[in-house]
Amino acid sequence: MSDETLVSDGPAGPTGSDGPGDRERDAAAETAGAEGGDDLLALPALAGTAWTNARGQLVLYPERASYVAVVEALRAAGFVLCSDLCAVDYLQHPERQLPPGVEPERFEVVVNVTSITPPQRVRVRVQVPADEPRLPTLFEIYPGTEAMEREAYDMYGVVFDDHPDMTRILMPDDWEGHPLRKDYSVGRVPVQFKEAPGPR
Amino acid sequence: MSEATSPPEALQRDADRAHHDSAVLRLPEGIVFDPSDVDVEFGEDETMIINMGPQHPSTHGVLRIMMELEGETVLRSKPVIGYLHTGMEKTGEELTYVQGATNVTRMDYLSPLHNELVYALATEELLGIEIPPRATWIRMLMCELNRISSHVMWTATNGMDLASTSMMIYGFREREMILTFFEKTTGLRMNHDYIRPGGVAADLPDGWEDDVAVIIDTIPGRVDEYDELLTGQPIFRERCEGVGIISPELALALGATGPILRAAGVPFDLRQAMPYLYYDQVEFDVIAGTVGDTFDRYAVRLNEIRESCRIVAQILEKLPPGDYRSQDKKVTPPPRARIDESMEALIHHFKIFTRGFEVPAGEVYTAVESPRGELGCYLVSDGTNKPYRLHVRAPSFVNLQSLPALLRGGLIADAIAIISSVDPVMGEVDR
Repeated sequence: MSDETLVSDGPAGPTGSDGPGDRERDAAAETAGAEGGDDLLALPALAGTAWTNARGQLVLYPERASYVAVVEALRAAGFVLCSDLCAVDYLQHPERQLPPGVEPERFEVVVNVTSITPPQRVRVRVQVPADEPRLPTLFEIYPGTEAMEREAYDMYGVVFDDHPDMTRILMPDDWEGHPLRKDYSVGRVPVQFKEAPGPR
Repeated sequence: MSEATSPPEALQRDADRAHHDSAVLRLPEGIVFDPSDVDVEFGEDETMIINMGPQHPSTHGVLRIMMELEGETVLRSKPVIGYLHTGMEKTGEELTYVQGATNVTRMDYLSPLHNELVYALATEELLGIEIPPRATWIRMLMCELNRISSHVMWTATNGMDLASTSMMIYGFREREMILTFFEKTTGLRMNHDYIRPGGVAADLPDGWEDDVAVIIDTIPGRVDEYDELLTGQPIFRERCEGVGIISPELALALGATGPILRAAGVPFDLRQAMPYLYYDQVEFDVIAGTVGDTFDRYAVRLNEIRESCRIVAQILEKLPPGDYRSQDKKVTPPPRARIDESMEALIHHFKIFTRGFEVPAGEVYTAVESPRGELGCYLVSDGTNKPYRLHVRAPSFVNLQSLPALLRGGLIADAIAIISSVDPVMGEVDR
């Protein structure tokens, strides 16, 4: 692994598709996949979208409003497979590195899309505020995200608008709370020592 | 719907919509049928919803499927999962990177080494450490053997589902050969915790070449026997051919990977498309089908066993001497002998196994080709000794969503063959 690919989340990317020279030089030093990413950045739907190059993979940071349009453009650009969709709760780690112009929010939905020919991956990270954890669904673009979005809803409470079946998938239907949120405590079996009062 | 709990607005809205135009086949858990409501006389345009599982013997664990039937024909269906959910992603956030491998290895219990591999690769990518060539080759060897054992196991259970009980016994017999080797190498038959961030837990045991040579000499012959037993058998073919057809476009749209996607005619194998480890240094063919039916999925898996044997044979020739784990002191404990003579080594050893090591902040998505498809790991680190977020993209979980497409229009008796051909491992689906 070369040193270039180790740049963690990189120096922050520009907010426009016409990046400054150092980013372009970095991207040029990357693998062929990242060069393909430069072609992608020329897509009209991606104009104005913040991006970074993390370990040779293009990472896009669209606004919530342009999220679907960006994913749609990626789908049209040959990213036929939506590998993964998951959410992250950044409650305890708000100081993460993000490109300028991207306002950190509590939740983040991360979508990994894959192109078969040429083999390539692009990651889309959308910020989702805690007071309104809603995001449009990708069901119409990638029907396979149906279960993944349900999992993100189940575990984090991020509601995907217009999803055909926004119900819990792993937890029981009457479960309260969203277990993978950082403020949801880990279950513990209290250790009962002799004569020690129990927690309850 | 029971009104004891007040569901969120979106949930209620969707439940209402599902009720009105019945676009989604899913009944809330709380619903209770009044027997007088059930009409026994079905009209021409009426369908019946039945529930298969979660304890049905051919659902490969605790998978429950709601099926809408018209006579014997399956119309819509919906897999209902979560019965094996144990919150492993949450557990992963509570364990250090050293301990994490013991957690992820339990997800897909038929290919534990692939789970460990993807976790180790993701961690190493964040750490930015080099793995010695021998360790990488050992990882490849173990993963390919694991692929054989997983596929052989699938052939066995698939045979059992399709009433070929002798296949069941044969498959387990071959799997046992490989598990015996795993036990010799890792100490355990399953849930090895063998591939760890930084390398592998131990070097291969003495005489491993002979053991592996016996495995790859035996397995292809046994696969030929399976061929004779199943491939040419008219009953088996009748039950598999033309059953559960999926088009490549639909498979891709549903996110299906692995043998399902390849059987549909898309030769997408991460080992070749995005090589990890040293898969670019070995020769093997990606097996793809043409029709995308259950028989193709069977044929893809059967031939992948042969290809894996080919890869293992090449690894046997290429495996270099050297170190089986990284010498980076940050992630690798000192050798056992040093602990006796050096206090620092003892402290260092103790620190690694209690506190673990810190991983630089960042996020990474790594994927490997598990026997079931693309096994991904999205790892977020906040710079501490525990993952901030550990998400595993389980191939079974996503592949299972192609089940409604596969089942649609088929007979309910074929459902058994189709569920089996998806090869879901429920431990991985529910995590």
